[in-house]
Amino acid sequence: MAVTDVPAFAHLTDADVENLALELDAIRQDIEDSRGERDARYIRRTIAAQRALDVAGRVMLAASSKRSAWWAGTITLGVAKIIENMEIGHNVMHGQWDWMNDPEIHSSSWEWDMSGASKHWRFTHNFMHHKYTNILGMDDDVGYGVIRVTRDAKWKPFNLYGNLLFNTLLAIGFEWGVGLQHLELGKIFKGRDNRNATLIRMREFGVKAGHQLAKDYVVWPALTSLSPGATFKSTLKANAVANVIRNVWANAVIFCGHFPDGAEKFTKTDMVGESKGQWYLRQMLGSANFDNGPALAFMSGNLCHQIEHHLFPDLPSNRYAEIAVRVRALCDKYDLPYTTGPFLVQYAKTWRTIAKLSLPDRFLKDTADNAPETRSERMFTELDGYGVTDPATGRRRGLKTAIATVRGWRPR
Amino acid sequence: MAKNSIKVSANVADTVRPTIAGADRRPGWHVLRRIVGQVTTPLLPDDYLKLANPLWSARELRGRVVEVRRETSDSATLVIKPGWGFSFDYQPGQYVGIGVLIDGRWRWRSYSLTSTPEASTTGARTISITVKAMPEGFLSTHLVDGLRPGTVVRLAAPQGNFVMPEPAPATVLFVTAGSGITPVMSMLRTLVRRDQITDIVHIHSAPTESDVMFGPELATLHDEHPGYRLLVRSTRTEGRLDLSQIGDVVPDWRERQAWACGPEGMLNDAERVWTAAGVVENLHLERFAVSRAAPHGAGGTVTFERSGKEIAVDGATPLMDAGERVGIQMPFGCRMGICQSCVVGLVDGHVRDLRTGVEHDPGTRIQTCVSAASGDCVLDV
Repeated sequence: MAVTDVPAFAHLTDADVENLALELDAIRQDIEDSRGERDARYIRRTIAAQRALDVAGRVMLAASSKRSAWWAGTITLGVAKIIENMEIGHNVMHGQWDWMNDPEIHSSSWEWDMSGASKHWRFTHNFMHHKYTNILGMDDDVGYGVIRVTRDAKWKPFNLYGNLLFNTLLAIGFEWGVGLQHLELGKIFKGRDNRNATLIRMREFGVKAGHQLAKDYVVWPALTSLSPGATFKSTLKANAVANVIRNVWANAVIFCGHFPDGAEKFTKTDMVGESKGQWYLRQMLGSANFDNGPALAFMSGNLCHQIEHHLFPDLPSNRYAEIAVRVRALCDKYDLPYTTGPFLVQYAKTWRTIAKLSLPDRFLKDTADNAPETRSERMFTELDGYGVTDPATGRRRGLKTAIATVRGWRPR
Repeated sequence: MAKNSIKVSANVADTVRPTIAGADRRPGWHVLRRIVGQVTTPLLPDDYLKLANPLWSARELRGRVVEVRRETSDSATLVIKPGWGFSFDYQPGQYVGIGVLIDGRWRWRSYSLTSTPEASTTGARTISITVKAMPEGFLSTHLVDGLRPGTVVRLAAPQGNFVMPEPAPATVLFVTAGSGITPVMSMLRTLVRRDQITDIVHIHSAPTESDVMFGPELATLHDEHPGYRLLVRSTRTEGRLDLSQIGDVVPDWRERQAWACGPEGMLNDAERVWTAAGVVENLHLERFAVSRAAPHGAGGTVTFERSGKEIAVDGATPLMDAGERVGIQMPFGCRMGICQSCVVGLVDGHVRDLRTGVEHDPGTRIQTCVSAASGDCVLDV
């Protein structure tokens, strides 16, 4: 039934949680104190390279009647859009670069290259998702209202076909899912919205999406059709595929952040009187990384370091790798799990969970207290002697050991 | 708080749209920019062009430093070529904001222009400022000693009321001290160009002769124009100028239009003397006083510019709470400093980040949920 008491689940005392918060605050302070010219140069060069790539892709599509040029242009443009949305847009809007005091690279002024409006994203993502991470009924990113990603959500008949179908559609049209999220279509249909607020949001979304649609599906196709090497249709198709490439990739990276096995879900009771330390703890337990090299890190907007990103959403992305070393050491010290794995394995796990949860609970083996995608402190009711330091080894016996122990009991 | 009520009451700050400098002066170019903008949306054409040349953008005023010229041992003149969107129709005596990149951060200060707008009509499309390195001012020291020609700087449009009208008054008195001579230098150069040096008395104070900025130029001016009389006072040997005795030096000072610029004490003296003589309307003042953050934890009066409301708060109250207390619909989100939904402009004064204690300068954008007043401040809400 998902975690209802984070410290109890984590086998930590109040003092432990407080100390953990102090140690994480110290990491933040070190990074803030050392931000400087090197970091500023990194984001400026990333932006310059992305814009060059974007222009290159568009220019290649002036020859998009030729199959090779079509593919080259499409993939280049897709990659440019991925970088713009993830390593630049997402991170700039989190305020990771606000310290530079540059009005052109600032959370309050960045508008990104996708159909959703930045303003809406700052609400649904920066606020609702990052503050209430993985809390059922608060964080709409848990299933986006259409996919059953945890058995804490009640099974409904449409999940039977809808889970895999909607997951596929969401992946392909991710920018539209993101863009429409703040409009709360479900509430509009049920007449439970504030009409004035809805109209304002619809206009904001309409203006943004309209410009994006016109650019990719009218203006650029028309421009390249002036070239003898391209037709209106060839460029239009290329732009559509580039957008889909970006959508599928962004969706995969984001799903790897919160839905692979081991990323915990929480109930609303957790957040009542939640301290800073408990908030940190919930962020760590609710997020998952994936293993990465520099290329994968860059292309995922450094969201391969999802745990670090959720702990410090506004620290510069190029520093997450060094933060990760210190966070991992803290996880070892407090014997907390640090969920990570190869990208494809993590992504496959999200699909496996979603496929499994198409079925009603009676076909599922595990309960919501001890399942791969969700657990609760109740899984430890029969466990004793944890949350203390092992007198024999001097190591703390905490959550990680406790989970392994309980898992060992499971009949195979 | 229930999710439903949060979503209905959501009040996220609007995304700040880029402003185009000089759009009204060049409507043709602006129409072109908007058409090409359909292709580059959500960016502007300028966002791509500035990668080729930093000056090819009117989204933010920029300039390139073309020359750094020593004036005295601790001052230098920066000659700057502004980029797109800069208007050369400034008035002599106005100041310009300049943003310099130091350790990855843009830092802003204002300095009087020392160039004359008249020069731009004859082809010199540059402006100049003259900076004195202040012992405690690390930005001014950087500008004097650390800036290389070729550096790109940000600019804010010229402004200020301390200006020389056109045509100039028949009789003029300048009272300057130290770097307070800079706005007057722009006026003098402009008057020379306009051939309006009719009857000017200029009293300038500096520690020694060698500390006088623009010394040779002023001397030449004095020699070539009988209408310009320069009186330099070396305060280290002669002591400070006593403005209450100014009649001994300039008997007709009451009849002259006077411009005074220098240290706070001198300006206060001038104000008192001119007021006592009943001719304060003849006196024009420019104060360079740098607003400084109050000592840690001091709080202050917060002014919300758009509504004009004010509230006095302590140094621990988040500005968001302060605004809500006087009934302002503050943009808000997480209320814990992570979501950037509440970011607004800090128009004036300083604020302190409650998490880290970092001070934010005027002109920056700040998170109201984790910032408190550090002295009096003005917010763009």
